[in-house]
Amino acid sequence: MTDKKNWPLWEVFIRSKNGLSHKHAGSLHAADAEMAIENARDVYTRRSEGVSIWVVESRYITASSPNQAASLFDPADDKVYRHPTFYNLPDEVKHM
Amino acid sequence: MDPKQKALEAQFQARIDADEKIEPKDWMPDAYRKTLIRQISQHAHSEVVGMLPEGNWVTRAPSLRRKVALLAKIQDEAGHGLYLYGAAETLGIDRETLLEELHAGAAKYSSIFNYPSLSWADMGAIGWLVDGAAIMNQVMLTRTSYGPYARAMVRICKEESFHQRQGYEILLTLCRGTEAQKQMAQDSLNRWWWPALMMFGPSDGASTHTEQSMRWRIKRKTNDELRQQFIDATVPQADYLGLTVPDPALKWNDERDHYDFGEIDWAEFWNVVKGNGPCNRERLQARVKAHEQGAWVREAAMAYAEKRQQRQEERNINPRGLKNLAG
Ligand SMILES: [Fe+2]
Ligand SMILES: [Fe+2]
Repeated sequence: MTDKKNWPLWEVFIRSKNGLSHKHAGSLHAADAEMAIENARDVYTRRSEGVSIWVVESRYITASSPNQAASLFDPADDKVYRHPTFYNLPDEVKHM
Repeated sequence: MDPKQKALEAQFQARIDADEKIEPKDWMPDAYRKTLIRQISQHAHSEVVGMLPEGNWVTRAPSLRRKVALLAKIQDEAGHGLYLYGAAETLGIDRETLLEELHAGAAKYSSIFNYPSLSWADMGAIGWLVDGAAIMNQVMLTRTSYGPYARAMVRICKEESFHQRQGYEILLTLCRGTEAQKQMAQDSLNRWWWPALMMFGPSDGASTHTEQSMRWRIKRKTNDELRQQFIDATVPQADYLGLTVPDPALKWNDERDHYDFGEIDWAEFWNVVKGNGPCNRERLQARVKAHEQGAWVREAAMAYAEKRQQRQEERNINPRGLKNLAG
């Protein structure tokens, strides 16, 4: 108990089946990547919830800041012309 | 309170009232964070300590079928502990600190696990009543306002449903067995019924946290509401088993559309919460022992990982080629 170095935290991403992307499932502690994968299998795929696992040490994830969310995302707020409904087509032109 | 703080809190409450979820990096009042850390860590400790009364019966399960089911259930509970510690960690506290608090006796866990599991029927009663009561609470918590906690609850609830069914099936088998087996089931219900009702916590009038937790939508139902819901759901299941719920005051009330039930022994409840239940010391000792005896494994794994990392870095000085990361 002298050495207080704890296992680092990892984020776990699971692909539930081929054709779908990996999705964040949760986190866990592990000494290294290999153990993180094994632990992820044991805790997040016990009922066949996955066909592929990604793990990444949490400290390597860079996240956008929620405080700046408004200014970060507001360029998208006033660009209605990026949506199909902005364009008026006659009813006779179907399925476009 | 300074005006800026007040504005932030008003904004926060407005988000809660609009049923928005709060995520880890969002601004939140200190008290919200503290309440969540306390509640989520208590919940995590309960999952972990909760493995002990059932672990007591793994080697004595009456058949291989019962044994694999019990083992799988206990393994699930370990996972539940992990999800919950993970959710707590998103609030800026690390798991090691939470474990230290548990081991020092400074943190609480559900008092139900301070009762002994004396017979095989207790594996049935625990699954049916203890997991059943936990599920009532956890289903509510899938809608809690803190995102990571709510997501952990969704996973947990999916896994819980088999826990309660396997418990009920154990009792059903006993109740269809010999007179002695049925008696064993009845004795088990007699011992677990009241502690299970106490799992929902003090009644609303005496609960210090309920009001604020409801306002923050951490909780969405009060202790008494959940307790009533549990009783209403469980009594017919006891009837089906042919067992008698050990409460002479229990009676269906047509007007209220609920069961009336007798007074809970709150003196017993507080006594167990304070550490004087039948197994409080034993449970804590078992946890501390497991943690201490596992220390060398954790240290060895860390040392091995560091050594490998170091070798890898030495090799990287003379790289033989780049390796692609994501597959
Ligand atoms: Fe659980
Ligand atoms: Fe459970």
